[in-house]
Amino acid sequence: MHNFDFVKPSSLAEAVKAMQAEGAQALSGGQTLISTMKQRLAAPAVLVSLTGIAEMKGVSVAGRVMTIGAATPHAVVAKEAAKAYPALAALAGGIGDPAVRSRGTIGGSLANNDPAACYPAGVLASAATIVTSRREIAADDFFQGLFTTALEEGEIITAVRFPIPDRAAYAKFLQPASRFSLTSAFVARTGSAVRVAITGASENGVFRWTEGERALSANFSPQAVKGLKANADDMIGDLHGSKAYRAALVGVMTARAVAMAMA
Amino acid sequence: MPKDFGIGASSKRREDVRFLTGQGHYTDDLQLHGQAHAVFVRSNVAHGRIRSVNTARAATMPGVLAVFTGEDFKDVGGNPAGWLIKSRNGEAMREPKRPVLAHGKVRHVGDAYAAVVAETYQQAKDAAQQIADDSVIEELPAIIDMAAAVADASNRVHDEIPDNLCYDWGWIEDNRARVDEVIKSAPHVTTLELVNNRLVPNAMEPRASIGEYFPGTGDYRLTTTSQNPHLTRLLVAAFVLGIPENKLTVVAPDVGGGFGSKIYHYGEEALVLTAARKLKRPVRWTAERSESFLTDAHGRDHVTRIELACDKQGNFLAFRTETMANVGAYLSNFATVTPTFLHGTLMAGPYKVPNVYVNVKTVFTNTAPVDAYRGAGRPEATFSLERVIDKMCRELNLDPFEVRRRNFITPDMFPYTTPVGLAYDTGNYEATLDKVMEIADVAGFEARRKASAARGKLRGLGLSTWIEACGIAPSHLVGVLGSRVGLYDAATVRVNATGNISVMTGAHSHGQGHETVFAQIVAEKLGIPESSVEIVHGDTSKIPFGMGSYGSRSLAVCGVAMSKAVDKIIAKGKKIAAHMLEASEADITFEAGKFSVAGTDKAKTFGEIAFSAYVPHNYPLETLEPGLEETAFYDPANFTYPAGAYLCEVEVDAETGKVDVVAFHCADDFGNIMNPMVVEGQVHGGVGQGIGQALCENTFYDENGQLLTGSYMDYAMPRAADLPFYNVDYSCQTPCTHNPLGVKGCGEAGAIGSPPAVVNAVIDALHRGGITHVTHIDMPVSPNRVWSAIHG
Ligand SMILES: Cc1cc2nc3c(=O)[nH]c(=O)nc-3n(C[C@H](O)[C@H](O)[C@H](O)COP(=O)(O)OP(=O)(O)OC[C@H]3O[C@@H](n4cnc5c(N)ncnc54)[C@H](O)[C@@H]3O)c2cc1C
Repeated sequence: MHNFDFVKPSSLAEAVKAMQAEGAQALSGGQTLISTMKQRLAAPAVLVSLTGIAEMKGVSVAGRVMTIGAATPHAVVAKEAAKAYPALAALAGGIGDPAVRSRGTIGGSLANNDPAACYPAGVLASAATIVTSRREIAADDFFQGLFTTALEEGEIITAVRFPIPDRAAYAKFLQPASRFSLTSAFVARTGSAVRVAITGASENGVFRWTEGERALSANFSPQAVKGLKANADDMIGDLHGSKAYRAALVGVMTARAVAMAMA
Repeated sequence: MPKDFGIGASSKRREDVRFLTGQGHYTDDLQLHGQAHAVFVRSNVAHGRIRSVNTARAATMPGVLAVFTGEDFKDVGGNPAGWLIKSRNGEAMREPKRPVLAHGKVRHVGDAYAAVVAETYQQAKDAAQQIADDSVIEELPAIIDMAAAVADASNRVHDEIPDNLCYDWGWIEDNRARVDEVIKSAPHVTTLELVNNRLVPNAMEPRASIGEYFPGTGDYRLTTTSQNPHLTRLLVAAFVLGIPENKLTVVAPDVGGGFGSKIYHYGEEALVLTAARKLKRPVRWTAERSESFLTDAHGRDHVTRIELACDKQGNFLAFRTETMANVGAYLSNFATVTPTFLHGTLMAGPYKVPNVYVNVKTVFTNTAPVDAYRGAGRPEATFSLERVIDKMCRELNLDPFEVRRRNFITPDMFPYTTPVGLAYDTGNYEATLDKVMEIADVAGFEARRKASAARGKLRGLGLSTWIEACGIAPSHLVGVLGSRVGLYDAATVRVNATGNISVMTGAHSHGQGHETVFAQIVAEKLGIPESSVEIVHGDTSKIPFGMGSYGSRSLAVCGVAMSKAVDKIIAKGKKIAAHMLEASEADITFEAGKFSVAGTDKAKTFGEIAFSAYVPHNYPLETLEPGLEETAFYDPANFTYPAGAYLCEVEVDAETGKVDVVAFHCADDFGNIMNPMVVEGQVHGGVGQGIGQALCENTFYDENGQLLTGSYMDYAMPRAADLPFYNVDYSCQTPCTHNPLGVKGCGEAGAIGSPPAVVNAVIDALHRGGITHVTHIDMPVSPNRVWSAIHG
């Protein structure tokens, strides 16, 4: 690790200001950033910690909308969202291990946009809104490919706003080593509209599986997507899963998510 | 009635008190005044010619104290191979020099070609990066695939070895023609090509070494993560650096797991000693986890074609094996014996097969060195055999239980000499098979399978009946076979004046539980409390010259040495007692901690005798030395042969290919049991590693020699959730006939017996589920591989 300066602002305004320094980078749970720095793959000059900003933490529910502060750790979401939005709470509770869940945050996960991360699927399938220090971004516009988002230089995610679906579930298939997602499906149904987001599978990161959505909008049952596959050409092929395997898992995990959502 | 102390009691592991409360003392915990930090500059290409290593800029960087390159070590010795293996044509194996730092060429990703010592770790790290930036290494085509390595004589890991072949070994060469003949004319031959996957040891504690030099005396001390401090001392002092052994102390304090990878001497140990001498300051190094992945000696990595010839009833007629064993870029200390004498000699299994021939070609590649890893050679043998037997049973539609039973060596046949040169002293293989079928409720399997099917899962049952050879010995025999070391062990029992005891052992405990179990044995034999016995190990300045811990040898070799030393204590105690009790030595009996004159009530306690030995006021000084301390060296007459039967039940999710091990049953014969709880723990750990190999662990080098599974993000270790509750039975006991404790060894058994049971269970599940085109899946049997096999 290279040397760096560390600031821990207590308000968003201070954080926005601190982010203007040369080589500044936001630090949330540090579960990704710190290990990248240890490997000397990142060397920010200033780390701006977001975990001391009260307005960026916590879970609140107003009617059918749940808002999660960007600096809220997964373990807190797993607990506090359990009643209002159990599928999202379960997703948070299935991330990593207890240490990761106590530190890692939703804001860090979304800003990082790891193609195998869980939250992007929940956010995209829920049609959530990403609230930043500058604007609001619809989930459909936020994720722009592997480790790429709509965020601009110095922009800080402050919260994520979820419309709570009528039925939802996340079916995660673990990559055997990292236990991130190998290919997982988040299914959300509100009224008759169904959104399916797949993470871990595509070379372009999280995506909406429109074919699955169409089938499920017509018939919300596991049978509707059984045997359906995603386009293998777009899939990641690596040691843990070939393109064809991931393409098939898209259908299998979507069906399982639907079964869970109906249970 | 279970005992509550002594031999056979499940005494709680006393070492766990410090391990579980954070009070263990590991190499990296040692902080020394004036210490400096070493960081290695490691190759990021698999194969390259070193054009220049430019250290000039690094040497002037802040905090840098010294810089070393391969040039600095080109005149000292290489790290030697412990066994000389001969090829079928009688030629000696090829034995390239393994330098402290690479010189001329780098031969695997992670190969260290320079090192920096600086005031702080970060400074050393910065300077190491500078050297990497300033050096020129011309990348050469990487040699990764073994078959290609042997076929292409122009591309060489070592320029002087044209076909990248270390040796081409035949065992037993005289059997070859007959085995070929039998296979040619056999009623049935089953052939299986398989891979025994390469494993990264992943000890919880990474390797670490601290060198010290004491200018006032010229003494050195090396504190290091070693399973065998005396062996490390011999290698680094006598072979590599030329330091007299008496001037070097090697200390291996608490060691957080080794599994084989810490048997060997590594160049980092020589570097920290050399740097300490140069700087006259302690120099420390602790591996980062990625260094562990890249440079700890890996395990396994065989590609095998095995043929099993039998009659239509499944009576075995012959086994023939052709194996390519990957040795990596250099010969690690026991790399040459692992695929040969620890593998080929086990290729008869527990079976009365008359004809066996094994051919092993050991090949250099641009990958990390490969050496013994928990089981070492025996898991490879067991996997090949138990898989091909299972395949044969399917081909001939025979019952796998019945086939094994039919072919077992029976109890009346011992001692039994196999066609691959071992003499099994005792065993009862059928008893372990019966036992495992009983504890696994094989009769109830069909009902369990139906219940799984109702949940959409395919259930399968996999059997493995395994044998291994532990406590490799005797020295004169292994000497003939090519060993350059002896394989005895040693212990000193020192009775203190107040009657409590320090036992100094050559065996090293790095998780096994020696401190508890060895104390149980001494306490039982002397009739004193376990708490009066302390086990001292891991420091060459304290212990007798022993060979350390590996090959499930600690109890069967060192434990026996210790038991013999205790016998000497008792014999001397009798002499002292005879004098004190004014009786003839022949009339003295020793029982329950008391020396008595037979037929009288005259007696002295063990404590009284000990006190008299050190305060010899009433003592036969004319004929007997004072003191009560004895050493024994023990060189076993034969290997020991633990054996057992393992049954694994899996559920396969055919949609995702995921395999769950839902039950695992072990019926082992370890001979006499000293501490049942420790034995169970050893089996649990070994089976866990075996399941890891079977389902999870994949060491993958791409064609450029980059290790794509160089971190836990891609290298899957088994976790608690991947493992079932084990059902372990060790009641089938045929005590070893040639050691006085009747013990056989249990440390590696689980890792040896379990992988084929798991894979057999997966294949069984698929077949019972109607997916009969799948005859084999290579390990690790990952979800992707199972799915591809089903849908491929
Ligand atoms: C062992 C392990 C297992 C894991 N398993 C999973 C898993 O199964 N599923 C899963 O989804 N994830 C998993 N993760 C990832 C983890 O859950 C975190 O979500 C992730 O590491 C990022 O969150 P963080 O808060 O730690 O972010 P940090 O590491 O602090 O930051 C990550 C990146 O986001 C930026 N950033 C952080 N917060 C903000 C913000 N508010 N606005 C703008 N930019 C910001 C940082 O500058 C940095 O570039 C795992 C991580 C580990 C170490």
